[in-house]
Amino acid sequence: LAKKNKEEKMSNLVEEYFEAHGSSKVHTSDRTLQKLQKRRLNQETLRDLLKKAPLAYAAEIKELNQQHESLFSKWMLQLHLGFNIVLYGLGSKRDLLEKFRTSLLQDSVHLVVNGYFPSITVRSILNSITEEVLDHIGTFRSPLDQLEFITKRFKEDSSLELYVLIHNLDSQMLRGERSQQILAQLSSLPSIYLIASIDHINAPLMWDQAKLSLYNWLWYETTTFSPYVEETSYENSLLVQQSGSLALSSLTHVLRSLTPNARGIFRLLAQYQLEKKDNPSYPGLSFQDFYQQCREAFLVNSDLTLRAQLTEFRDHKLIRTKRGADGVEYLLIPVDDSTLTTFLENQDEDV
Amino acid sequence: QKVREDLNKQLLDNLVSFLSRSHSEFQEKTTEWTCRMKFREIPTAALVLGVNVTDHDLTFRSLSDFLQNNITPYIALLEAKDCPGIKNLMQKLMGQLMNCYVDADSLEDEDYVQVSQNRIRCSMSSLIKWYESITKKTDSETPSKKRTSSSTHWQSPPIVVIFKDMESFTTKVLQDFIVVSSQYIHELPLVLIFGIATSPMIIHRLLPHSVSSLLCIELFQSLSCKDHLSTIIDKLLLTTQFPFKLGEKVLQVLINIFLYHDFSVQNFIKGFQLCIVEHFYSQPLSVLCCQLVDLQKRINSLSHDQCENIRRLPSFRRYVEKQEPGKQVALLTTDNFLKEETQKLLEDLHVYHENYVSVLRCLHIFTSSLPKYPLGKQIRELHCACLENQVWETEEYESSLQLARMLSKSDLVTMLQQCVEILLSSSGKEFDKTVEELKKFLTQFQNLEAEAFQEQDVSVSSQKELQKKTDLYHLQKTLLELKESRRSKKLTKFEMLRFEVVDYIDSLVRKYLVPADHRTLHEILYFNTAAVLRGHLNAAPRTALHTALNNPHWYLKNQALKCDGGSISNKAPDICIVYKLHLECGRLINLVDWLEAFSTVVMAGEEPNADAASSDQMDDIIHARFIRAVSELELLGFIKPSKQKTDHVARLTWGGC
Repeated sequence: LAKKNKEEKMSNLVEEYFEAHGSSKVHTSDRTLQKLQKRRLNQETLRDLLKKAPLAYAAEIKELNQQHESLFSKWMLQLHLGFNIVLYGLGSKRDLLEKFRTSLLQDSVHLVVNGYFPSITVRSILNSITEEVLDHIGTFRSPLDQLEFITKRFKEDSSLELYVLIHNLDSQMLRGERSQQILAQLSSLPSIYLIASIDHINAPLMWDQAKLSLYNWLWYETTTFSPYVEETSYENSLLVQQSGSLALSSLTHVLRSLTPNARGIFRLLAQYQLEKKDNPSYPGLSFQDFYQQCREAFLVNSDLTLRAQLTEFRDHKLIRTKRGADGVEYLLIPVDDSTLTTFLENQDEDV
Repeated sequence: QKVREDLNKQLLDNLVSFLSRSHSEFQEKTTEWTCRMKFREIPTAALVLGVNVTDHDLTFRSLSDFLQNNITPYIALLEAKDCPGIKNLMQKLMGQLMNCYVDADSLEDEDYVQVSQNRIRCSMSSLIKWYESITKKTDSETPSKKRTSSSTHWQSPPIVVIFKDMESFTTKVLQDFIVVSSQYIHELPLVLIFGIATSPMIIHRLLPHSVSSLLCIELFQSLSCKDHLSTIIDKLLLTTQFPFKLGEKVLQVLINIFLYHDFSVQNFIKGFQLCIVEHFYSQPLSVLCCQLVDLQKRINSLSHDQCENIRRLPSFRRYVEKQEPGKQVALLTTDNFLKEETQKLLEDLHVYHENYVSVLRCLHIFTSSLPKYPLGKQIRELHCACLENQVWETEEYESSLQLARMLSKSDLVTMLQQCVEILLSSSGKEFDKTVEELKKFLTQFQNLEAEAFQEQDVSVSSQKELQKKTDLYHLQKTLLELKESRRSKKLTKFEMLRFEVVDYIDSLVRKYLVPADHRTLHEILYFNTAAVLRGHLNAAPRTALHTALNNPHWYLKNQALKCDGGSISNKAPDICIVYKLHLECGRLINLVDWLEAFSTVVMAGEEPNADAASSDQMDDIIHARFIRAVSELELLGFIKPSKQKTDHVARLTWGGC
């Protein structure tokens, strides 16, 4: 009966897959966040706002955590028996691991790796082992050499023991095949004890059989429901302002520090671009035309001043130049239209 | 704790010795073959090892040890991950060979220094130079030994290069290495050994004809992992050596992981280890899980609390209920009486296990030869069946008895003889065995054989009689008589015996193969919490996430969270609401709509205490919560930002999970 049930479930899954991916047409509304009359939040305001919102079910979450904490001594035993521990489940496991660290590992050598930190690499992990744990100064040609050195040292000296705690083993930087291989080999050393947490649903896909046997995992489900505060602070969400693209606030900031003429030049370009926004093949304003218009508005008096001004804009990434097919330089503002509209409106209010 | 460590060690030693033993035959073949190498092509041994890559390490290690001791000190083990290019491969090879050599002869330090210097420029020619110097040196150093070996068909020991995982090597590197080394084969007697996980076809797929023609390949097959499993089960579970036993469900889980997931013996052992750890960690009475010799001492040192623990065991409660009232009181109140009783019970349990194993083997002999194998082909299946339930109540057992009653005589006799052997050996080995039935059993078998002989005699004599008669009437009469007697007398004797034997086996089964769950105090020796084991070894992170998101009530015990599946409770944590809303969407999700749906749901939940004045601030907070939940979903891998449309995200899962 169970088998039949499973089969049914399987075919159901397959059908669901094709249902989801069958038709290439996707029906969603065309509304965008721009149309929503609300300013985009940036990282800090977001944090402030979230601080105001109370955490729901704090008591229950605390109880869950206490359940997990009662396993700490068991983890220690199992770590010493050569197993490594991996935690999975919904919710941030950072605090739990921290607690494990502070309550049990205070007196022993341990290394905490924040996997969610976007610039972490395996090399930095290995470096911190060789430099701080083994007191070795010197560089290695490749991580493999470094690993070999570590292995040798740990095998020679049986009194060396190291606890490694890795938050988010499945993060962007550590999920590569080579880094996992190195970490697995590291964790297979008998005097290195590894506790890691994973969050991504497809995290187990990182490991093949060889790595799994090196890791020698014991799985523990630790669902905590606590929010991923640290982990998501590096995650560039769509809804949070991104530093990469130009945003309204930075636009106004830069322009406020310019001369009125320079502001006028930018305004002119922005207006022209907005006029042409319905034309998809609009390549931008050619330099000659733009010079003409600026002269007519008494904003510049020579070719050279306009060029100097445009260079300044370009340095601030306010404009982009593109060469067209006929070799003429075209000028564009790389900001989406709605931001530009609001910018112009704000400018009008200021004036 | 100490017991556990001892046990663990004992167990691992046992396993290692077993594994190396099982490989030794195979190794001998390989080494023998390495001796008779030819010089024109590179001799190559392809070892087909099966998909359980994790177990191969041990094989290779013992193989290289074996080779090192018997044939040559020059062995290099190469792994694919160390050799992304031909340069790394050569480097690794040189380093290992020279180190190998140093290890084998344990020379002075100056040589070592020289070796490490050499490491910098590794080329074939330097390798050859090194090899020549070594052979020269060894030639001069140990003339006697060298002479004898050079007088036979080889002047110098071969260099063995083992490629551990053939499949994961880059083709180019492998080809280059083979071509290069084939150039030097006269100066450098190389032998290659490939470890192959899939099938020998892979050699021809990886190497083009021009390269594979340089090799002289011989194929070696290793034992299949299923055989390993059955031997391990034989050695670990069906012995009386270890007091610790596995319950049925646990065993089933381990076997399932083995058969349906990885075929890895190492993982099976790991699971077994975990069982031991769990058992000794969680069960307070596991101190009593020891050899009979130590039992007395440990029972005497039990504290009052531990006695209480014994009383609390469900199987012990069942036992107490069956006793008469006076004894009941004594058992439940006096510790000393309880201790005596416990000792008796545990001894019984040990004896039970001994009997169990031998009877199980007997039964296996019977059932494994039946057509269609109603009770399974392997002894482990039989073992599981016996542990699971009272085996004689199952349909399969019934049908196998039916089949056994139709066995032919010769089969039956050989089977009985096998059984006798097993029982003899077991009763011979285990001195303290106190089973009289065994003896009875044995004599009965002997009688059977004697009777069988007599039967044969009778039939022969009757046939002789038949030949004597000449006239037709008498012939007819005797034939009729013969027929009659065959139908009624003689054959019924055999059949009766057959029935008797089968019934006897049946009764044996009923007596000895009682599932362990039904024995008193089985909790001490048997580990039976399969769910824990499955959770730790074969976890399902996605299922955990799914239940946590779909049904937070399961984790957070709050009345407000209780609701039917499918509907969205507005009191659930934010991420659950966002997740449920996202489930309703197709492949792409519009963020604005999603946000609005979310705020609708949340506002409905908050309405009672919301003021109109602070609604704007409220909006912001909801927005922020939404952002947090969405980025959490992104972190978990349910969605990813999409460029297909502005302000949309793509779903990475489908359906309801």
